[in-house]
Amino acid sequence: MAEDLFNSFMSGPDEQGRFGQFGGRFVSETLMPLILDLEAEYEKAKTDPTFWAEMDDLWANYVGRPSPLYHAERLTRHLGGAKIYMKRDELNHTGAHKINNVLGQIILARRMGKTRIIAETGAGQHGVATATVCAKFGLKCIVYMGAHDVERQAPNVFRMRLLGATVIPVTSGRGTLKDAMNDALRDWVTNVRDTFYCIGTVAGPHPYPAMVRDFQSIIGKEVREQMAAAEGRLPDTLVAAIGGGSNAMGLFYPFLDDKDVRIIGVEAGGKGVNAKMEHCASLTGGRPGVLHGNRTYLLQDDDGQILEGFSISAGLDYPGIGPEHSWLHDVGRAEYVAITDVEALEAFQLCCLQEGIIPALEPSHALAHVMKIAPKLPKDHLICMNMCGRGDKDIFTVARHLGFDMKI
Amino acid sequence: MSRIDAKFAELRQDGKKAFVAYVMAGDPDFDTSLAIVRGLPAAGVDIIELGMPFTDPMADGPTIQLAGQRALEAGQTLEKTLQIVRELRQQDSTTPVVMMGYYNPIFSRGVDRFLSDAKAAGVDGLIVVDLPPEEDAELCIPAQAAGMNFIRLATPTTDDRRLPKVLQNTSGFVYYVSITGITGAANAEAGDVGPEVARIKAASGLPVVVGFGIKTPEAAQTIANVADGVVVGSAIVERIGKGAPVAEVLAFVRSLADGAHRA
Repeated sequence: MAEDLFNSFMSGPDEQGRFGQFGGRFVSETLMPLILDLEAEYEKAKTDPTFWAEMDDLWANYVGRPSPLYHAERLTRHLGGAKIYMKRDELNHTGAHKINNVLGQIILARRMGKTRIIAETGAGQHGVATATVCAKFGLKCIVYMGAHDVERQAPNVFRMRLLGATVIPVTSGRGTLKDAMNDALRDWVTNVRDTFYCIGTVAGPHPYPAMVRDFQSIIGKEVREQMAAAEGRLPDTLVAAIGGGSNAMGLFYPFLDDKDVRIIGVEAGGKGVNAKMEHCASLTGGRPGVLHGNRTYLLQDDDGQILEGFSISAGLDYPGIGPEHSWLHDVGRAEYVAITDVEALEAFQLCCLQEGIIPALEPSHALAHVMKIAPKLPKDHLICMNMCGRGDKDIFTVARHLGFDMKI
Repeated sequence: MSRIDAKFAELRQDGKKAFVAYVMAGDPDFDTSLAIVRGLPAAGVDIIELGMPFTDPMADGPTIQLAGQRALEAGQTLEKTLQIVRELRQQDSTTPVVMMGYYNPIFSRGVDRFLSDAKAAGVDGLIVVDLPPEEDAELCIPAQAAGMNFIRLATPTTDDRRLPKVLQNTSGFVYYVSITGITGAANAEAGDVGPEVARIKAASGLPVVVGFGIKTPEAAQTIANVADGVVVGSAIVERIGKGAPVAEVLAFVRSLADGAHRA
């Protein structure tokens, strides 16, 4: 690790929105003034106690924070090594960590006088969270979702519609999450005056990666306090799943300067990280490029054309990753590994049977890595994995893969 | 003097406005695309804007998106796009060629390598949609140093406070985006565009060419009346997408050029 080069791993991004070479503001001129406005508004809000008072109130009474830090006792015994804790962000209102960030952005949008909210969504969790908070505040909500995802995540599409959102199936490109993001950007560039783009992950042009990270950091801050209360010390290892990487960044960020805490991000390995590129592991199988407003590791061909990811989990199905993860990867502060669909499915089932928790497919990837490392670690080694979402949305996908006939 | 500067000097002398035609390189395939590009100067095109296909064209409407997909499916690469310029240069040494697209394929090739290859091929300028002035160090400054014009987009959201920053490292001409939106969407309105062009000209001294939302010879004439030139892209590309023969595409381009030149 390049310890001499950095006084702190928590000081990024710089004024250009860069984490090392990653990040930046690669957007069209039409959007640039909007992004600068947002940055100014966020800088104001960051140090405004009334902003955080509103957040704290909603986090406590609307979302249900703090989420518990749970000792997974049977799983720990089953794996026979390290002591495993789960940060229960799947117990949040709307069933995932996504709402932590959405609340922050919607409060900002209200402060900026924006009345129309747009969002992209993959698995539908960010879309549901955005639709939820928009309903609460009476804001117009438009969610862009790849046509392919609209099909495989039908329950979330219905939820969003119940919550009053307009869901627009995206057929441009190949109709996946990245195309949904393209269409959301096209909407934003067309409706610049009244529209706020609520991005669901730690990616996009500056200030989004830093802003979303800050909102999600409530996860790691709570873990610090809860682990201190439970064990009287910091965890030894943190494990979280990564698509764009917002739940992981939220868990990792408050620990970046605690050099003894090992940090592991788990990418979606799909059918395996190899030349066939049927995966979404941007760091393990991609190289730096520029897409959606930032420089980061991307799945791309030799000519710089972006490739489609592949994963059983719609929430991880994105060919990029947040720029701060790319930086943490390159400077060596965090490790990144890949877990295949098959391994994630195994972890999904184990979690159901051992702990009575049906996890989302995204954190099932993190859990699968915990299953790999925990048995080899001593019993006093503390692992904290982020249970960032619940699996209700995924039971149809899992049933199909397990050959279970779901006719109701 | 760059080819672009020379072209505007010539047009000024003739009292004519510039007609800029956009086509996607490699759409619908390499050979057809090359035939169209080769025919553009004789169809009255003053400046050729050659699109570099990209999988994720965030500022483009469906027409240009589909053109990019057709080109990529037919095997178009950045190298083949440069090849189109090389072949054009064998017959035409005066018509400026501006390559337009997104940054990643250039970044992927390597900025220095791209610039020297593009310069050698006979490319005169670059328009890269996702490189605002905040990212000038990436490509704009190296491109100018390599003797290539870097043409910037100014938009309705570029206010007076921001305009100097946008114009700072711009050369060749300024591309005014007539609408807030994507290519091929709403219609440009001369009443809105005129004052904006005047504002940008006053601040830059460079020719101002207007694009986005110009679809007919009449619109080309109306908008050219209040600017130094017009760009038409989607309306041409739409015809290519419908499988129109090269001669028909070029006849339509001719009608647009005539419209702009009547201004």
